[in-house]
Amino acid sequence: MTATMMDSDTAPPRETAPGQSELSETIFRGLCFGAATLLLAALAGVVISLAIGGWPAFKQFGFGFFTSSAWDPVQENYGAAGPIVGTIVTSVLALIIALPLATGVSVFLVEFCPRNIAKPIAVAVELLAGIPSIVYGMWGLFVLAPWFAIHVQLPLMTDSANLPSWLSALVAGIPNGANIFTASLILAIMILPYMSAVFRELLLTIPAQVREAAYGLGSTNFEVVSKVMIPYVRRGAVGVVMLGLGRALGETMAVTFIIGNSHGFPHSLFDSGSTIASTIANEFAEATSDMHTAALIALGLVLFILTFAVLAVARLLLASEKH
Amino acid sequence: MFKTFVAAAGVAGLLASAASAADISGAGATFPAPVYAKWAETYKATTGTGLNYQAIGSGGGIKQIKAKTVDFGASDKPLKPEDLAAAGLYQFPTVVGGVVPVVNIPGINAGQIKLTGPMLAAIFYGQIKTWDDPVIAKANPGVKLPSMPITVVHRSDGSGTSFLFTSYLSMKSPAWASKVGASDSVNWPTGLGGKGNDGVSAFVKQTPGSIGYVEYAYAKQNKMAYVLVQNKNGKYPAPTAQDFAAAASGAKWAQAPGNYLLLLDQPGANSWPIVGATFILVYKNQENPAAGQQVLKFFDWAYKGGDAAAAQLDYVPLPLPVKNLIRKQWTTNVTAGGKPVYTGK
Amino acid sequence: MDRALRRKITNSVFIGLCGAATLVALAFLVMILWSLVAKGFGGLDAKIFTMTQPAPGSPGGLLNGILGSIMMCVLGMVLAVIVGILAGTWLAEYGGKTAYGQVVRFLNDVLLSAPSILVGLFVYEILVKPFHGFSGYAGGVALGLLAVPIVTRTTEDMLTLQPNTLREAGMALGAGRGFVIRSIIWKAAGAGLFTGGLLGFARISGETAPLLFTSLGNQFVNLKMSQPMGSLPTTIFQFALSAYDDWQRLAWVGALLIAVAVLAVNIVGRLVARETHRP
Repeated sequence: MTATMMDSDTAPPRETAPGQSELSETIFRGLCFGAATLLLAALAGVVISLAIGGWPAFKQFGFGFFTSSAWDPVQENYGAAGPIVGTIVTSVLALIIALPLATGVSVFLVEFCPRNIAKPIAVAVELLAGIPSIVYGMWGLFVLAPWFAIHVQLPLMTDSANLPSWLSALVAGIPNGANIFTASLILAIMILPYMSAVFRELLLTIPAQVREAAYGLGSTNFEVVSKVMIPYVRRGAVGVVMLGLGRALGETMAVTFIIGNSHGFPHSLFDSGSTIASTIANEFAEATSDMHTAALIALGLVLFILTFAVLAVARLLLASEKH
Repeated sequence: MFKTFVAAAGVAGLLASAASAADISGAGATFPAPVYAKWAETYKATTGTGLNYQAIGSGGGIKQIKAKTVDFGASDKPLKPEDLAAAGLYQFPTVVGGVVPVVNIPGINAGQIKLTGPMLAAIFYGQIKTWDDPVIAKANPGVKLPSMPITVVHRSDGSGTSFLFTSYLSMKSPAWASKVGASDSVNWPTGLGGKGNDGVSAFVKQTPGSIGYVEYAYAKQNKMAYVLVQNKNGKYPAPTAQDFAAAASGAKWAQAPGNYLLLLDQPGANSWPIVGATFILVYKNQENPAAGQQVLKFFDWAYKGGDAAAAQLDYVPLPLPVKNLIRKQWTTNVTAGGKPVYTGK
Repeated sequence: MDRALRRKITNSVFIGLCGAATLVALAFLVMILWSLVAKGFGGLDAKIFTMTQPAPGSPGGLLNGILGSIMMCVLGMVLAVIVGILAGTWLAEYGGKTAYGQVVRFLNDVLLSAPSILVGLFVYEILVKPFHGFSGYAGGVALGLLAVPIVTRTTEDMLTLQPNTLREAGMALGAGRGFVIRSIIWKAAGAGLFTGGLLGFARISGETAPLLFTSLGNQFVNLKMSQPMGSLPTTIFQFALSAYDDWQRLAWVGALLIAVAVLAVNIVGRLVARETHRP
């Protein structure tokens, strides 16, 4: 390259590599910016259409929409409190179950797994992401729920005399496996492949020298992973959590089949409940009255607000931890 | 390589634009979707006209016909005459189906338990809490009822089946009518919700001591233990196609303005008390007379020759006098420029 | 001595837990796949790919759904990959640290959690209602909207983790920033970008709710994207919840086909990437 530059004495000094120009730079940057703005516009469009569609419900119920746990399509009295609680509980619980699992899987595949079977196992775990959510729902309903009822709920119920009172209150419920906890479990299995696939890619970008240096100092695997590798990809790890949380908050089909769908607050972990996404999915197709439709769309907007709040809190927590 | 694939798909799309798409489009109720699919299949084979029907739910069907994105809408719930008038629509029934309460009680088989309408309402309301309650025992002398708590299973999603069932409960129980009411989606006082008929069947099968309600086809296909419900004549007919037809034939369609008629508690010794029809919605004033003609032509064809297919799929065809009444209604109710779009020719 | 032993034990426990986590994930996969294969494999035959969806009791296949899904998923993925990678690049390389960039990133994560039925509703309002008709285009756009936040998120994360030395080296040779990104950074992050695309595809391949209000569905084969199109998920949804055995069998076959498609795209994509990276 240097030779070429020295040969063309008469050419003006170039600022970019051969074949590149200021124009192509500007165009590329413009395209990237345009894409980001398009994303923003799409989201704004969704929020605006939800706000317009849900406005009649907000006007009718005011702030009470967020706090009321009523849901009566006949009397046209709607309140979002039950689905809000169900959404938060199932998503947080799903994340609590899935995050350690996803971390364990990706660390295992990157650090401990023999090279020749690591790739097939990674592909297999990613396959979990490709199974349609309705299959999760049906598997949950026909396989997980009965198993859970027989092997977890019934033993706990018959044993309830021996359990501390807080535990027996937590696990009270009809023994048929259709409850908040099993729904969270299904959600956790659903978000696991997304989180572990991305986390594994993140870990693979760590330069070998960084890991070798840590091992060279005599650290054990655990110390290298926990003190060097995970902190190195910390920012990306936040993204992984957001990905999982996002999928969990909006997932519909898998949850609807197994959560028991009763409006109002769930009374225990093993009680049936509902989420915002499952309520909308259940009732939107058949809703005929304008207020019912508006209430469902308003519920959708509430989910957006909820996501805003949860993500904002998560970011604040992580930002403060850096210091 | 990717780009070549996209280009190939695009070319294929252009080439295939000569292929005919469906000629009539309809959307709505899920209950009749299988029989409409069967009719459409045979209709296309014999006449070459394609009917694309998609089951997006009764509410969806009503919304789409109002938005004029489809040629006809379908609803399991009839629209009230004032709603029809406000939207400029006309509705007519096509087939009939029955709703059947099913139970899972150890030791009890199909047809062994008898319940009256008020008892059903009390159970679903949560007033009657155990199977050996004296009220149930009195109506079922000699039947061994265990002392199990009753678990109510209802639908979590809005549905015409729920609408029929809650309408029946409202009819039979003033407390239900005032506190809960009738709709495709209500504020159920107790119990858990399964998604679809499938979900309710699954929960009932998996939960001893439970009671739910499903469309007849599901009760039959899943061999569930159905309950006998007392009809207007005081008898306890079995939930079968003949007994649904008995309810439909006694109904007074001619006196029902806008064809708004629920076939609940109809008279007749063999009439099953929880029966309902499913409806088609079209505009009274057709902006596209050719499309309107195609729609009515299809359903006339179905009235004439579709009964066997419907019966095979566990639906109940309309009685002939009702079909003739509907055909007469078409000439005055579905017009373009004052003239009927379809006269049966 | 004590501390060394403690460290060794912690290490062994840690390795054991990671292995256990992998076993748990694989166990669930096997259980769910077992249900899928047991119920769906028996229904696989040539008819699936040559006949269109039947009424109950008649012979038929899934051709209309397969073709429709392919066309709409391709449209959706093309949209999602183009917008997602460019937007993710902008966030990672250009404006990610500005206030505007923070807003875009934050809202992208919010869009990630949008219930698919609401995205479908939005596309209905802008692409279906004004044109008085359902279409494959609307379906493809709805799918694209669902996949794009995943691609954007993953792209930004992957690109940010590429070491700055790569960028510095490229620019020291005189290349412009965009050229460096396209020729060096994108290639270096290639595997990660592919994973983002794959996850986006995995998500939209099984989505039903948004398609119901945009492409509606079509029981006949239709290759015109301006008309209602069938898709595998809508067919599966309708058939799985019906009372008829043959419809239910077809539903499971359809679900199996989707899972196999995602697996195939994953394997083929990685093979192709490996080929192009051979020196």
